[in-house]
Amino acid sequence: MAKLNMVEAINLALREEMERDNRVVVLGEDVGREGGVFRVTDGLQEKFGADRVIDTPLAESGIVGTALGMALYGLLPVAEIQFDGFLYPCLDQITNHIGRMRNRSRGRFICPLVIRVPYGGGIHAPEHHSESPEAILAHTPGIKVVTPSTPYEAKGLLLSSIRGHDPVLFLEPKRIYRAIREEVPEGDYTIPLGKARLVQEGKDVTIIAWGAMVREVLNAAEQLRGDKIEAEVIDLRTISPMDVEAIVTSIRKTGRGVIVHEAPKTCGLGAEIIALINEKALLSLQAPIERVTGFDIPVPLAKSEHYYLPNSKRIIMAIKKVISF
Amino acid sequence: MGLFEDYHPLKGKTFQILKPDGTLQPDSKPPISDQEIFHLYQKMLFIRLADQRALILQRQGRMGTYAPIWGQEACQVGSAAVLQKGDWVFPAFRELGATLMMGIPLKTIFLYWMGNEEGSRASEDVNVLPVSIPVGTHPLHAVGLGWAARLKGDAIVTIAYFGDGATSKGDFHEAMNFAGVFKTPTIFFCQNNQYAISVPRSIQTASKTIAQKAMAYGFDGIQIDGNDLFAVLVATKEAVEKARSGGGPTLIEGVTFRFGPHTTADDPTKYRKDEEIEPWKPLDPMIRLRLYLKEKDLWSEEVEQRFTEEAQKDIDQVVKDAEAVPAPGVEEIFKYVYAEMTSSLKEQLAYLKTTL
Ligand SMILES: Cc1ncc(C[n+]2csc(CCOP(=O)(O)OP(=O)(O)O)c2C)c(N)n1
Repeated sequence: MAKLNMVEAINLALREEMERDNRVVVLGEDVGREGGVFRVTDGLQEKFGADRVIDTPLAESGIVGTALGMALYGLLPVAEIQFDGFLYPCLDQITNHIGRMRNRSRGRFICPLVIRVPYGGGIHAPEHHSESPEAILAHTPGIKVVTPSTPYEAKGLLLSSIRGHDPVLFLEPKRIYRAIREEVPEGDYTIPLGKARLVQEGKDVTIIAWGAMVREVLNAAEQLRGDKIEAEVIDLRTISPMDVEAIVTSIRKTGRGVIVHEAPKTCGLGAEIIALINEKALLSLQAPIERVTGFDIPVPLAKSEHYYLPNSKRIIMAIKKVISF
Repeated sequence: MGLFEDYHPLKGKTFQILKPDGTLQPDSKPPISDQEIFHLYQKMLFIRLADQRALILQRQGRMGTYAPIWGQEACQVGSAAVLQKGDWVFPAFRELGATLMMGIPLKTIFLYWMGNEEGSRASEDVNVLPVSIPVGTHPLHAVGLGWAARLKGDAIVTIAYFGDGATSKGDFHEAMNFAGVFKTPTIFFCQNNQYAISVPRSIQTASKTIAQKAMAYGFDGIQIDGNDLFAVLVATKEAVEKARSGGGPTLIEGVTFRFGPHTTADDPTKYRKDEEIEPWKPLDPMIRLRLYLKEKDLWSEEVEQRFTEEAQKDIDQVVKDAEAVPAPGVEEIFKYVYAEMTSSLKEQLAYLKTTL
């Protein structure tokens, strides 16, 4: 089995799905001839032609708005928004149309489509290239929000996203695009949306993360073994709808929790997860849940970016805090 | 007839004064004195050298991603040269030349691309907005500011720089429309460098020219040879004077070519063949100016070399100064988010300090 990084795994998923189902089309800025600025769609235009792998004009709202139209007419568009910071102009189309089409037509019109977005910081990129907008998206009814944390996960989750009946925002943690290599099988396998992954079992504390933060969390958990702290790590995989069951089951077991996300703290998903735990497992808690997050500031330029990003040191501090409460 | 009637976009003509061989188009003359031309040529050369330096620094790991202007010097120097002190500039992210011309220190520009927040510090008394990376979003701001100035009765103009790709964005069209409706004193300066990363101009728009888009919004547009400093000077001056005297906006399409990569993160060989670059090489904006100035005895290899050596020394010093600026402390990333730091930000900052 080939060891692939996340870029290659997503490329493989797209390639196989386009072969399997000729309704699948890829569109976006620089996705064709260039193969995408991160090379995620590399070679696809050569293979499937310019009618199925489409270089569009530079217009994000245009890309997702027309993708909606394509989906209505039976194509399965996989649109790429080049960077997280350029997703914002699409919010009109996403919140006012894509997320509502099924509801507004009482089920007659649907727009299953996927919007892929490289997201998050940690690559020393210029401004507007390091955003984590998952909470804004999770706050939007009618769309699903998915973020993989490894190459294997990326392929399986993307295939489910393309095959599902709802629009999906597929957030790709660009920081780990090439950081992890693992075995990714060729051929069909899917990972269901809405189900979290228990990455590692532990009895002392539950750590919940997604995307690039899963790796940071595992790093921290590893360092804590020396302190005889066994952390249970949950990778949400799908941010919306969230696997509440998995979170609650784990919290009931450990009684303590830490949530790690790169997005700003205020109204971040951490807040939502804490609320859910309070609703469903308050009496299991032995300590207040801690959040390790980005700050309520724009992601700083490269030289100061490390201050912003949650790291294993901060995660360990939070874990020790909940354990020693 | 005026320039904008003569070169009405639907006539299909491109305005040019100085031909690539350094001679003038029939019946035209240079818009400024030869000494002034020499002066602007030196600015262009300095800018080219500074731009090249940024690329080198990036390769050495001393600068982050950088978007070079190589080939677009005439567009930027010519247009900025006709602006006055009270005018306002709204750059995209490839405007080293125009912003330097307006008085932003090279050190500040380098610091920004080095990823040092000090490079974001806007220079006092220089009306240049921060780099705008979200493509095509800032022309609206130029329109708004110009509109406000008109409402207040101030005779200033605003200029927005952007690329051919930006003309596909909805915000660009909204800006054009507002400018037309409210007759704002705005110059839309499109540097059509033929590509938006890998996407050629032909995929951005089915319009024959970008200039002709102005017609739909009810104001003047003109396509000019963006590698001809003289044409840039004349067209921008005409647009600026018109705007200053209440005549409303103008769209200028400077036809040029991006000789370098899109940014240092880009590999243009993926989408652009050498054969495509070749015909543009003799159209380089520097070459024709050298030929022109040589004819006037103002340029020679020795003059070029002497100037280059001095400029390189100046740039060395700027790099040294920029690299001597320490990375900002944690306060710096919290301090400017609100007029007054909120209590939750204060708390977050205090927490961050305990983790360092
Ligand atoms: C809204 C938005 N979408 C995508 C990008 C990524 N990107 C940066 S520059 C660029 C191409 C811009 O082309 P153009 O407007 O022609 O300007 P040029 O780069 O040629 O100067 C793209 C797609 C961006 N910065 N902003």
